[in-house]
Amino acid sequence: MTSIQARGLDHKALNDRLRAVQGDCVIEGCCGQRFIGAGMSGREIVIRGTPGNALGAYLNGASITVTGNAQDAVGDTMNAGRIVVRGNIGDAAGYAMRGGQILVQGNAGYRAGIHMKAYQDKFPVMIIGGRAGSFLGEYQAGGVIIVLNLREPSGKTVGYFPCTGMHGGKMFLRSECRETVFPDQVTARPADDADREELRGLLGEYCRLFGLDEAFVLSAPFTVVTPDSRNPYRQMYVAN
Amino acid sequence: MKREGQVRIPSGCAIAAVISRAGERMDGGLIARAMEPMHDRSNGLGGGFAGYGIYPEYRDLYALHLFFDTRDTRKECEAFLREYFEIVHSERIPTRRIPAITGEPIIWRYFVDPLKSMLASLQLDEKEYVARAVMRINSENRGAFVFSSGKNMGTFKAVGFPEDVAEFYRLDEYSGYCWTGHGRYPTNTPGWWGGAHPFTLLDYSVVHNGEISSYDANRRFIEMYGYRCTLQTDTEVMTYILDYLVRVQGLSLAEAANVIAAPFWSTIAGERAGDPEAAERHAFLRTVFPSLLVTGPFSIVLGFTGGLMALNDRLKLRSMVVGEKGDRVFVASEEAAIRTMEPDAENLRAPAGGEPVIIRVKEGAY
Repeated sequence: MTSIQARGLDHKALNDRLRAVQGDCVIEGCCGQRFIGAGMSGREIVIRGTPGNALGAYLNGASITVTGNAQDAVGDTMNAGRIVVRGNIGDAAGYAMRGGQILVQGNAGYRAGIHMKAYQDKFPVMIIGGRAGSFLGEYQAGGVIIVLNLREPSGKTVGYFPCTGMHGGKMFLRSECRETVFPDQVTARPADDADREELRGLLGEYCRLFGLDEAFVLSAPFTVVTPDSRNPYRQMYVAN
Repeated sequence: MKREGQVRIPSGCAIAAVISRAGERMDGGLIARAMEPMHDRSNGLGGGFAGYGIYPEYRDLYALHLFFDTRDTRKECEAFLREYFEIVHSERIPTRRIPAITGEPIIWRYFVDPLKSMLASLQLDEKEYVARAVMRINSENRGAFVFSSGKNMGTFKAVGFPEDVAEFYRLDEYSGYCWTGHGRYPTNTPGWWGGAHPFTLLDYSVVHNGEISSYDANRRFIEMYGYRCTLQTDTEVMTYILDYLVRVQGLSLAEAANVIAAPFWSTIAGERAGDPEAAERHAFLRTVFPSLLVTGPFSIVLGFTGGLMALNDRLKLRSMVVGEKGDRVFVASEEAAIRTMEPDAENLRAPAGGEPVIIRVKEGAY
């Protein structure tokens, strides 16, 4: 892998260097440079340090691995590919993503998966190993969000107001969610066998990546959340 | 001097802070470097810093930092100051001429002591007396503006990028136990020297990233208590709200945070089962101070003598990260800024919306 030293480069210089280098590469000493890997496809990028906001925005098939934490808006509007973060991610991760995977070992900030959507063969997946902040899956329109809360199982899996405005897609929370209040337009229920089978298919790669025992991850109760209506705005507008 | 509000620019900011819990002093170059990785959060229309513990030789005097647009305004303002204060020492604030900072006003500092006779005849406590004098200069004396008025602390601000502002004010020549920094991206006003952050009153300073939608409701309320919002910017009103709640009303910082970033009624209802006392307190504060609920996005750091408080709006519409290493605690809009100050920072976390992070320096160490 080619190595790029990010120290002293602003976001433009770093991304120009990244584009000039063909094939896989490692970015060393990253500190806050934004838009890393924006729109890229067909290559692997490893980042050491702290990448800036909008990491992998519009990502189109490339695979990005961050060894530490990532900041806000990871995978903003990503189309395809994979972003793996071994630490925590900031707010608004996967904003409007419509394909690919965001796999996080740690916690997610507020508004993870906001306005996530699926389209034809595009099906985005976000898996968070720790906890998620408030407004998880706000306006979610498609795809799957999974929160595992493996780090502090005694604490709440999600913050306040999850699924606000959710009208598509599916959410799996590894918790009975007794204290969590969901909005009226979604249904939250315990996972059944079919859900667990679906989870098994989604979690396999994640568990391999982070060295987790899949049977253990699946051994806890899961809550499944789906929206009630195919057209939640029906009552709000005049039909035409 | 063109003031805020004479032009309106429809429109993000960067904040950072470091504090030593042991009261060890750090030079201002540290906070200036923290602003570098966040450069793109500002647009060059404002940068500033507040340092605490920077004037130990004048620690018992109020340090007034002022901008003047002409020499005559300065003379006039000094005459006003002499009516109310003994000016123990006054000087131009040392600056470094650099191409990136232009159009500077005349910048002076005065180390002053309120006149005891005046204090006695007005029957005011010292802080109220100083606050009123500052309000008077800033609202009546066009062409003069007090941008710092605390003891053993000072703010330094200008139109420019924060890194340049730090160089302009020779920030690396000061050392303090706590620093806050701001890079501005003005959203509603054009950006002038007085409008850069931090905003201060006495030893309270606020750096803010966000845009408050409740500005006018908050302003109308706070102006009933003698504060005058002269700048048409939301951070100014936030500074006065915190001064009013903490200094005047005697609330704790955590209570003040529960007023301005109050939990939703639905959240308070949820608390009744598990923590009825908290539910009661939150409901009380919302009921007593409904007009001081601050809505809209904000992340702020409030600096004060001996500590700081970091706070996000209740919906957490702005980012904020906290980390620590040894006796130092770091706060910033981005983790990258913390890593610049301390590459090995530990316990990095993003506080929840409305959750105040209050750090105090060990008693006697500042």
